[in-house]
This record gives sequence, structure tokens and C-alpha cells, in this order.
Amino acid sequence: MSDHLSPEEVKKHVTIYVRVFMALAALTIITVAISYLHLPILAAVGVALLIASFKGSLVAAYFMHLAQEKKIILYPLILVFFFFIVLLIIPTLSRF
Amino acid sequence: MSDAAEIRFISKPHPITGVTNSKLGVWCFLASEVMLFGGLFSAYILLRIGATEWPHGSTILNVPLATLNTMILIVSSVTMVMSWASLALKNFSKYRFYMAITILLGIAFLVVKSFEYAHKFEHHHYPSTNNFYGIYFTLTGLHGLHVIGGIFLNLYLLLPGSKLWKTNPEQFMGRVEAAGLYWHFVDLVWIFLFPTLYLL
Repeated sequence: MSDHLSPEEVKKHVTIYVRVFMALAALTIITVAISYLHLPILAAVGVALLIASFKGSLVAAYFMHLAQEKKIILYPLILVFFFFIVLLIIPTLSRF
Repeated sequence: MSDAAEIRFISKPHPITGVTNSKLGVWCFLASEVMLFGGLFSAYILLRIGATEWPHGSTILNVPLATLNTMILIVSSVTMVMSWASLALKNFSKYRFYMAITILLGIAFLVVKSFEYAHKFEHHHYPSTNNFYGIYFTLTGLHGLHVIGGIFLNLYLLLPGSKLWKTNPEQFMGRVEAAGLYWHFVDLVWIFLFPTLYLL
């Protein structure tokens, strides 16, 4: 993310922030509403994690400016994301 | 000699990386934080898979209060990024306004959380009660500590640390952006904690 933005660019960013906020608020309500449907556990986990991942991506891409960030920051994060997923998969292997 | 002790490229991007050293440093710190919480999420999955019975979060936790806290953190993320945008627009008074709101929202989050904890303790539900409460208090407690840390960091940038705006606005903006990255990360963690603990 460039540290030298023109006032017009900053104002465009602010518009995006407001839109992202509305999306996050709506997705939070949807997440809670879906939980009251009492879906089977696998479907419930899938839907909840899908929505949470989308919300997390919005925060990272726009509030944390990752969508416009340099590759030197993106590459280590991709590596971390990979190992984070590995950490989540390891305990499920105990079932097999 | 004083130049030798100076940390370089904290305001200007490093010619090789293209980003400031401070921003790269904050992202490396956040990467380590991902692994910290990742380890605990991994423990949660292991405990849940290994349990013969696991309570549905909504039956023993307060979903409306947690939903309120989710909204509080999301709004605080917006006010945090607005405080940075206000500095980019050279509007210092707006910066202070948005930063103060961010701090108040952080405190509001902790107040709501303390109500939840107090309710659990009243009913003699402690981390030692069972595995669910063990991982619930560990994850939310560690997250709460991060919120407390963020509030102190933001308080510093609102009060004594804001003097830097007059002498080195570029560096001050970098600090606010770094604090923002941390605050958004705390919000991001909650976005995953909320459905995991309360709704599944």
C-alpha cells in the first residue's frame, strides 16, 4: 500500500471501508441466523467457516490493505496460511 | 555516531523490499500470531474430535452478547482505519476523534466479555470444569489480552505518542497504520472465534 495517497484516493478508500463494514455486519447477521437452522454438524461447520473466511478476507484485503500490498509481505503470509491449514488438519488425522 | 544508532527505513520504504522496515516487522509479528492462535485452534479441533460429547456453544454461551461484541469489534475496525485515513487527509482532530472511539469500543468489548465471564463464574463454570470451558476460556482469554494490549497501544498513539505528528507526520502515520494492522488482526481472530465457540 502506497504511503502517499492523494485526498481523492483516500476518499475512495473511505467509501470502500463503509461498504466493507456493511458487508461484515450483514454476514454476521447471516451467520447467526443460519446457526438457528440447526443444520447437520458438517454442513454447519462448512457454512460457518466459509462465511468467516470471507469476512476475514474482507478485513485483510481492505482494512489491512493486503489487496494492494507488496509481494514481500504477501509471500510470507501465504507460507503462514499453508502452515495454519496444516495445523488445523493434523488433529483430524487422529480419526483415521 | 547518532546516525549509527538510528533505525533506518521506518518512514521511507526500503529500496530492496519496497516497504518500510516497520511494516514488514509488524507483518512478521502478525504471522507469528497466526501460528499462536493456529496452535490453539488445532487444540480445539483435537479436543472436540476426541470428545464423546461436546456441548453446542449456543446452549451454554450467550449468543446475543457475543453477536453484540462481534459488531463492536467490526465497528472499531472501521473507526481504526478511519483514524488512519484522517491522518492521510491531514485532519488531526478527526484522527483523535476516530482513535478515541476505537479505544472506547475496545473497552466496551471487554465490558461485555466481563459480563459473560462473571455469569460463568457465578454458575461455577471455570476453565477446569471441562474441556469445552478449558478451551473457551483459553481462546477468549488470550484474545481478550490482545484487546487490552491494543487499547494501551491506541491510548499511547492518542495521547503522548501523538506529539510525533508535529515533528514527523510520516513516521506517526506509519505507527498508526501498524497499530491498525494489529487491531484488525484482533478483529479477524474474533471473526473466527465467534462461530467456532458460540455457534457450532
